[in-house]
Amino acid sequence: MTSNVLDNFLNEIGELSRFMLRFFREGFKPRYEFAEFSRQCFNIGNKTLPLVAITGLIMGLVITIQSQPSLQAFGAESWLPSVVAVSLVREIVPVITALICAGKIGSSMGAELGSMKVTEQIDAMEVSGTNPFKYLVVTRVFAAILMIPLLIILSDTIALYGAFLGVNMKQVVSFHLFSNQVFESLSFGDVLPSIIKAFFFGFAIGIIGCFKGFSTTNGTQGVGRAANSAVVTSIFVVFIIDLMAAQIGDILSIL
Amino acid sequence: MTSNNNSNEPAVIQIKGLKKSFGANHVLRNFHLELHQGENLVVLGKSGSGKSVLIKCLIGLLAPDAGSIKVLGDEVPELSHDALDKLRVKVGFLFQSNALYDSMTVRENLEFPLRRHWIKTTKESVNELVRHALTDVGLIDTIDKMPAELSGGMRKRIALARTLILKPNIILYDEPTTGLDPITSREISNLILAIQKKYNTSSIIISHDMSCVKLTSNRIIMLIDGICYATGTYAELCQSTDIKVKQFFD
Ligand SMILES: Nc1ncnc2c1ncn2[C@@H]1O[C@H](COP(=O)(O)OP(=O)(O)O)[C@@H](O)[C@H]1O
Ligand SMILES: [Mg+2]
Repeated sequence: MTSNVLDNFLNEIGELSRFMLRFFREGFKPRYEFAEFSRQCFNIGNKTLPLVAITGLIMGLVITIQSQPSLQAFGAESWLPSVVAVSLVREIVPVITALICAGKIGSSMGAELGSMKVTEQIDAMEVSGTNPFKYLVVTRVFAAILMIPLLIILSDTIALYGAFLGVNMKQVVSFHLFSNQVFESLSFGDVLPSIIKAFFFGFAIGIIGCFKGFSTTNGTQGVGRAANSAVVTSIFVVFIIDLMAAQIGDILSIL
Repeated sequence: MTSNNNSNEPAVIQIKGLKKSFGANHVLRNFHLELHQGENLVVLGKSGSGKSVLIKCLIGLLAPDAGSIKVLGDEVPELSHDALDKLRVKVGFLFQSNALYDSMTVRENLEFPLRRHWIKTTKESVNELVRHALTDVGLIDTIDKMPAELSGGMRKRIALARTLILKPNIILYDEPTTGLDPITSREISNLILAIQKKYNTSSIIISHDMSCVKLTSNRIIMLIDGICYATGTYAELCQSTDIKVKQFFD
């Protein structure tokens, strides 16, 4: 029983690695499907933008409101903007946004490609002389790699605005002063790693969603399973990447 | 039923000793088949007997374990990707589930096979081809609809139009009437016959719908237990006393 689970798990890892290898082999060779790529970018933005924006605002507000009492206890209330900005930009916003995207984009890629697989649409593409891997997978993965960092940057901005609103609930701080404090505390070393991390989030969400969809079997039942497992796996991988990024960041800062 | 004899026409497809297994599931065990120019060959067999596997091997979607598959003179399992792509222009495939792209309109579905990078076409000629193929199946007014807005029979016709757009020499039909009501089913069978007359195509039709088989077949091959179990015209097989053959014709 346990050996079976382990077996399946290792099998899955092997299949996924082969899928990723195929992506790197085919992803950079012509023919390039620009029209489909931009359609996918639009899709991702269109699906997640409102949700990402609202969540960003709420995160900014909530983190600020909750940090205020403890900073006040130390008499360090004036540090509020800097403390909140760093934790939002470095950690909270990228991870929460990636989780939202894993839910929204991962599931829709898994379901869409899965249903194309079981209704033979992928075979039909193959016989019509279009490489389905290039047309469907490569475009979606690149779209996720491009769009998820953009969504995270957008969400960062909105979250910082939320923090500004949060700060102003208890004290009066001008936007000018607030943004001065934020930009003083945010160093390049805070922003760059979080953006690099965002690219990895995008790649993971895209490739896992497509992998799950592309390897769907067992008819309509399999489509639901593909969508579900795309979400679960990509959420898990987002946390793994986050942990690894934190470790690597730590090592690099010691050096 | 047409009774013209095509056996002295040249063979366009020749399958010899085809074997295909999935793990311990030996689907095709030693299958032979020959399709002649202009012929409508029906492959008859129970569900799960490997009919779809057979025609997917024919078009290179599945790789056979052993055996020779000659299509229009090319040995399919040995073809390079580009050569296979060129061969696939001449061999149309009508999928059992239609396989219409459901995120695209009917027009975009029909344009898709024309995307092949080495087919150079102008916008007008693409439009002309699409309209022509839709007229052939009698559905020109659905051109801007989505597949989901169409009935089962209409979707089948659109899928057939998408197959016809490249004017294939050979058409492979995977259960073209399964899941349709008897009247629509007869319409599709008649359409298959009309297409064959108009373009002089050769076809392999996979089916277990006996009214479609009766209407469309020049010759029937019975795929039972992974081999070509029996072959003959509809009338001949009707007379058979073999129990495995008989159960299809009762
Ligand atoms: N890709 C595949 N992997 C494993 N088994 C398959 C695959 N495709 C078909 N089979 C098996 O081959 C057998 C024949 O399938 P198929 O050709 O689809 O039957 P049908 O005659 O109804 O078209 C079935 O038992 C099916 O489970
Ligand atoms: Mg079948």
